[in-house]
Amino acid sequence: MGFNVETYFSDLSNGNQILYFKGNIDSDLINRVLDSVEARMIDGKERPKLRKKVYNVLVESLQNLYHHVEKVPEGFEDQKSEKYGMLAINKVDNGYKIITGNFIFSEDVEMLEEKIKRINRSSHDELTELYKFILNHQRISSKGGGGLGLVDIARKSGNKLEYLFKDYDEKSSFFSLKILVSEIN
Amino acid sequence: MEPIIIEGTPKTPTINFDAKEGVFEIKGRSIPENSVEFYKPLVDWLDSYKETPLNKTVVNIKLEYFNTSSSKCILDVFKKLEAIHKAKNDVEVNWYYEEDDEDMLEAGEDYESIIRVPFKMIEIAE
Repeated sequence: MGFNVETYFSDLSNGNQILYFKGNIDSDLINRVLDSVEARMIDGKERPKLRKKVYNVLVESLQNLYHHVEKVPEGFEDQKSEKYGMLAINKVDNGYKIITGNFIFSEDVEMLEEKIKRINRSSHDELTELYKFILNHQRISSKGGGGLGLVDIARKSGNKLEYLFKDYDEKSSFFSLKILVSEIN
Repeated sequence: MEPIIIEGTPKTPTINFDAKEGVFEIKGRSIPENSVEFYKPLVDWLDSYKETPLNKTVVNIKLEYFNTSSSKCILDVFKKLEAIHKAKNDVEVNWYYEEDDEDMLEAGEDYESIIRVPFKMIEIAE
């Protein structure tokens, strides 16, 4: 076990963490997170524009986890959660940082990394074209995802997707995505 | 044809499809995990309406949020409307977006560029 998932997430926390969760990502959890973050942003008098962007990106991030996480590796502390994921939301100077973590099969790393790199190379207009292409040409997958989530996240956040992959064991890798949603794009 | 009236929930929109008036409305939030389940009856209903549509159909989309899974289903709804329009009936889509919500305006423009039906972008005060 080369990579310590726990340490990785606790290192990300700082004084401005507004939410941290690890465990099963089901529909109820998604509702609770969305409600609590939305209420918090309204209390914090965030401008509607930023609030909507954060909400949108959060919906997609959570539903990406819901649709795409793989089973946790054998020997991992939490064997009960069917859809194990981690989520942290930090308030930063100019917006919010949303960090997710989950296990994927190591054999899928290359494809996912290529996809993210392609998104990160694209301008806003290119992302719009890519989004429209996928929207119009791809059917909803068996997992229920539309293949649009990451493109939509990049488009709405206006920032590059930060990510990391860490080998966990011979079959599984840990994938983390860090998304900055900021006021000024 | 019986109208479809569905009350909104925190994750699914309010639906009011009235075949007698030819006015269809989708309003609120559309962020369910499985949107096909929600939209399938609407798409099927439009399939029936398409057989004998009114001369003029007006569609009002007043969404606050929608997820990417809904975006595909909304496209399916628009494709039915496109077929009605193609059969020489008037169809008009009014796409409402809140002031400053450029993302929602852009989302409307995405559909406008894919679907051959006249769109009107309407800004509303927050």
